[in-house]
Order: sequence, then structure tokens, then C-alpha cells
Amino acid sequence: MSILSVTNLSIARGGIPVLEGLNFAVGTGEVLVLRGPNGAGKTTLLRTLAGLQPPLSGTVTCADDAVAYAAHADGLKSTLTAAENLKFWAGVYGGGDIEPALKAFDLAALADRLAGNLSAGQKRRLGLARLLVTGRPVWILDEPTVSLDAASVALFAAAVANHIAQGGALIVATHIDLGFDAQVLDVAPFRADPQVMSGAFDEAFL
Amino acid sequence: MIRLLMRDLILALRAGGGFGLGLGFFLILVTLVPFGVGPDSERLSAIAPGVLWVGALLACLLSLDRIFALDYEDGSLDLLATAPVPLEGLVAMKALAHWITTGLPLVVAAPMLGVLLHLDGAAYTWLIVTLLIGTPALSFIGAFGAAITVGLKRGGLLMSLLVLPLYIPTLIFGAEVVRRGAQGFDVMTPLLMQGGISAGAIALLPFAAAAAIRISLR
Repeated sequence: MSILSVTNLSIARGGIPVLEGLNFAVGTGEVLVLRGPNGAGKTTLLRTLAGLQPPLSGTVTCADDAVAYAAHADGLKSTLTAAENLKFWAGVYGGGDIEPALKAFDLAALADRLAGNLSAGQKRRLGLARLLVTGRPVWILDEPTVSLDAASVALFAAAVANHIAQGGALIVATHIDLGFDAQVLDVAPFRADPQVMSGAFDEAFL
Repeated sequence: MIRLLMRDLILALRAGGGFGLGLGFFLILVTLVPFGVGPDSERLSAIAPGVLWVGALLACLLSLDRIFALDYEDGSLDLLATAPVPLEGLVAMKALAHWITTGLPLVVAAPMLGVLLHLDGAAYTWLIVTLLIGTPALSFIGAFGAAITVGLKRGGLLMSLLVLPLYIPTLIFGAEVVRRGAQGFDVMTPLLMQGGISAGAIALLPFAAAAAIRISLR
């Protein structure tokens, strides 16, 4: 059964169409890996799926409150401790316990450190741990393994495997192989004609 | 929602949060006025309501660009926009947090600074009342301005240009109430007008600000 499906989707970035004619569906327990060269529109596609920007045309069908999004920036507050950051997000999503999330990403020893003092990889792990406290079934991740070492990537893969086993789904833009059975969608063939300008007014106005 | 408010308050109080920045600015600004204008107590007490109100307004402006810019830079705003919190509620909570950390200290400090400017004795009550009613409007109008400029690099100056004209009605009615209070006239009309502006700003601007944020996040 599909949790998130996309029909005839076209998306634009900065008023210029980047991808068009996308059709795919992701069901429970499935992983969709987006591939494509830099600038192909992977991030824009993920932001559209997360509901941060409207599609140019076509539809994204998804249940309400199903998506948890994680981007390049981790959204951590440097003057809060790791545990406080996580607790805040747990509270926003109505979840309670942050201990399993800390454990899953090996952050228990760092819980009382200020997020500003964590290394890039540790910050990333904390950002990914946020996904666990959201309790959302569909994870939409943009390059989640950037600045992670091999051990941390293994932790991430384990967390994803667990999430999938519990009926979750994952849509991820990544260049490394996480070792799952995954549908792979190469976005390069869907490149749109950049000559068709639309929505340029917004950009000029702002 | 409460968690958002608590988070913003904690962030403001921790290192680099900017709590007290507006208050310090207000203090210095009002202290500078007697130096510039001269120690003549009659002249000072005549301009005191206006100076205190302009000071409060500028102090509020100082910390406005932090409301959304910091969350935008570290990616929290993206994540909050996809979280199960209405963006309108987010704006309202952030404006409220801004008021608690900036507006409320101004209300408390203003009477003490009134002494420096020889503010008329009868005007103190009205100074506190108008600041209490008016500063929430400053925070909510400011949050709207901050939302419009959130995606822009160094949008702070542009935001000031956008926000200051919107502050004019609050300033006029606020200073007018204090002036009338000092002279013993009836203050009800300007007070009601100011209350209306604040109520309108609090009710409407979170929606406008949320719409602006949605556009800048695209």
C-alpha cells in the first residue's frame, strides 16, 4: 500500500522548472533512493514532497502528518544541550521519550553537551536522532550521511532498517549505498526545459 | 506551542541570546537625550513622553531581525514548517517571546528613566499603561516585518524601513496618552485607539507573517 504517491509532478526552483513528468509511489516498508548529478533537482523534489514548496503542476498525495523531513542543516540550537534539542522536537511532535533516539545514534554520552560544541558528525547524528522522536512514518532525507564516519553510517543504516521493519518508509537522496533493497529513481531523464519561465514574479518581488 | 515559547525564552536568556540588548539600548538612548537637549527641566518634561516612546520603539526594533533569521540560518525554520505546529501559532509564540524578552523589560524600566527626563508625576501611570498595551503591537508588527525579510541576507535594514512606518500609529497614540495624562486631560480616545491597534495586530499579523514565511521557504 502506498503512503506517498506522486503523479505527473513538475517542480521549479527559483522560478525555473527543473524536473517534470515524475510519477512514483512509495509504500510501507519501502525505500526510494533518488540519484542524479548535482543540480538535478533532488533537493527541490524532496522539499516539494515535504510540503515546503508547492509543485508547478501535478499532485503529491500523502496522508496528513506522515512526513518527517531532514535537510542539509540540522536545525540544532547551539546554546541548547543535545538532550534539550531533542526534547524540544519530541515535544513539538507530541512524542515523549528521547532515550531510544539517543541510544540509537550513540549520543547518550553527549546528552549534556551544548550542541554548539559537538563535531560536525555528532551534530548530524543528533539531527538524524530527531527523526526517531517525530514518530512519523515517512522520512524524507536529503544527503543524510554527509560528514558521518563509517561507524555512524552503520548506526544510521540500523536505524533505517528498524524504521522500515516497523512499517515506515524512506525517501532519500544519497550517493552512497546503504545496503537496502531499494527502488532507485534517477531524476536526470526528467529534466525540464529551463526556458519555460514561470513564477518569476515571486523571485523578482522578494 | 508552549514548548516553542519556552525554547525561545531559554535561547534568549542563554549566552548570545540578546536578552537585555534592547533594554540596554533604551537606557543609553534615554540617558543621552538630556545631554543633547540640555538640563532645562521644563523642556525635558515637555519632550519626555515622546522620547520615552521613540526610545521604546527603537529598542524593540533592535532585536527584531533575530526572531526568524536565526531559525532560518540553522534550518530550524524548515523543520518547524514541516512540524505539526501551525505556522501562525509559531509566529504568535515567537512574537510573544520577543515581547517578554524585550517589551516587558521596557515597561518596567521606563518609569525609572522617566525620572531622568523630569516626566510629570501624573504621567507615570499612563506611561506604564500605554507601554503595556502598545509594546505587544510593536512585537507583532515587528514579527511580520521579520517574516517578510527572513530569506534575505542582511535584511535587517530593509526590515527597519518596512517596520518603522507601521509603528507610527502606536507611537502617536502612545505618546499622546502620556502627554494628555501629564496635563490632566481625558486620555480615553487615544488609549482606545492604541488598544485597537494592538488587538488588530495580534489578531491579524500572525496570518500575514505565516504567509510571508511560506513564500520565503520555497
